[in-house]
Amino acid sequence: MAEITKANGIGDWFDQRLATKKLAKVMMTEYWIPKNINFLWAMGVVLVVLFKILIVTGIFLLMYYKPDVNSAFDSVNYTIMQEVEYGWLWRHMHGVAASMVFLVIYIHMFAGIYYGSYKKGREMIWLTGMAIFGLFSAEAFSGYMLPWGQMSYWAAQVITNLFGGIPLIGDGLVIWIRGDYTVADATLTRFFMLHVFLLPLAIILLIAVHFYSLRVPHVNNQDGEDLDFDKESKKYLDGKKKESKVVPFWPIFLAKDFFVVGIAMIVFFYLTFYHFNFAMDPINFEPANAMKTPAHIYPEWYFLWSYEVLRGFFFDIAGISAMDIGLAAFGFANVAFMLIPFLDRDPSVKPAHKRPYFKIWFWILLIDMVVLTVYGKLPPLGINTYIGFVAALTFLVLFAALPFITKKDAGGAK
Amino acid sequence: MTVKQSRRDFLGMAFSGVAAVGGVISLGAMKRTWDPLPSVEAAGFTIADLSPLQNGELMTTQWRGKPIFILKKSASIKKNESRDVVVDDASYTVIIALCTHLGCIPTWAPSSQQFKCACHGGEFDASGINTFGPPPSPMVIPPFKIDGMRLVLGEEGPEYKKLVAKG
Repeated sequence: MAEITKANGIGDWFDQRLATKKLAKVMMTEYWIPKNINFLWAMGVVLVVLFKILIVTGIFLLMYYKPDVNSAFDSVNYTIMQEVEYGWLWRHMHGVAASMVFLVIYIHMFAGIYYGSYKKGREMIWLTGMAIFGLFSAEAFSGYMLPWGQMSYWAAQVITNLFGGIPLIGDGLVIWIRGDYTVADATLTRFFMLHVFLLPLAIILLIAVHFYSLRVPHVNNQDGEDLDFDKESKKYLDGKKKESKVVPFWPIFLAKDFFVVGIAMIVFFYLTFYHFNFAMDPINFEPANAMKTPAHIYPEWYFLWSYEVLRGFFFDIAGISAMDIGLAAFGFANVAFMLIPFLDRDPSVKPAHKRPYFKIWFWILLIDMVVLTVYGKLPPLGINTYIGFVAALTFLVLFAALPFITKKDAGGAK
Repeated sequence: MTVKQSRRDFLGMAFSGVAAVGGVISLGAMKRTWDPLPSVEAAGFTIADLSPLQNGELMTTQWRGKPIFILKKSASIKKNESRDVVVDDASYTVIIALCTHLGCIPTWAPSSQQFKCACHGGEFDASGINTFGPPPSPMVIPPFKIDGMRLVLGEEGPEYKKLVAKG
């Protein structure tokens, strides 16, 4: 045990007991970040800030929300929105932050794909990140159910029905998940539990693992350059700050991150105060009604691409029903991004603009995601169904082609 | 036994055994807790009176929280022996009104004599058989018993059993 002496100040008192100085070095002042990065490297910190906003606003909403089919709708639309002082603010901040989390996750994700930040030791960063995306999706879905409006109800109906596509146990599984033959009180209460406790807890734990998984392979940089972090950090500590290719996480890197966070917050509050409606579907201001399906059901914008993959396959192929093809494609779409580190056969870490074939693949993927998102919102009529089908097929083909494309890039570089 | 085991191995195995049994039992309890409650499972019967229905008219009722369509077939609607519920010489389509794709409620289009689902474009004929789009199967016929001009949903009468045998 370390020798405890009379402390010469409050900092020293804690340091002797908790090694706070060592901790600050490991976590902050001697955690090294490459200099050669851009604003896209700030998305992680933006996400942390948005997640904190969700937790804080969620706590206030939780004080008045009632997870019961008879009172849920009114507790949100009357109590929180009209009676509680600033209740509207918490609700709109919560809804807008949820939407913005997905926007920033997509930017974060596609920056990772563009710069090849998922391979050569960084696989765990990618996998934990995609797992967080999965949990956030579950979190968004369970949260959307809580106001118990028409869209809440029918989204819950459709999404829980998806599990019916699992062979053999499907039908029983749907009833088990709902706790009833249809989406009902039992369903609302259990998804409330998931939304306010189990899923946030899992997300927090996974975020910790995600951050930890960065420490060993280190943060990537704009050129995919393999830095010797020991050598570069030594230069920095020796005072050769200009020569060194790294900077400490705190205060240098975070100072710039906070600037980006500032801009993100301006955008966030602009949306909260002037355009909160994009996160508040008008159909959801009608109480849930099990006897009436809204004319057109669609998910929030951030799920539209995978929703379109699901419904893109609208006809049977070779005796396999359209529903099963759609479900299989949807299932694949949800794990496809997880597989990227293993589908990419090019071992070198380079940004997409230095990988001739991968570059084309990347931009087609991005355009396809946008097309899927746009057509996911449109009613499945006429030409829309065919465009949806082609876009859904393109998505699958892109992932199937990735190993060959990256192999070709790797061969050409030699 | 010829294998020499130290005391620590024994402790490890004893603990693993206890933990495994406890874990499996707890998982079982957790699974059961998520099951539908007895009050939900016992959700009663629905009685539908068919006498006020006109030819070609659609009636909606509810059974176990699910919407039910009852369509009295007019002369212009094709009969389907293996699905029609025949009461007093009239043929009825009796179905759980949930699209077999993902559970939206289709709407009855009298002009084309079809059920159409707005969610993903699925279509069914007047007997509830899927004809286009993603629905993988016809809409489900709920268990019923004919009692004069009334239909008791939730009870398996002889006519229901006959239909099941045909289907």
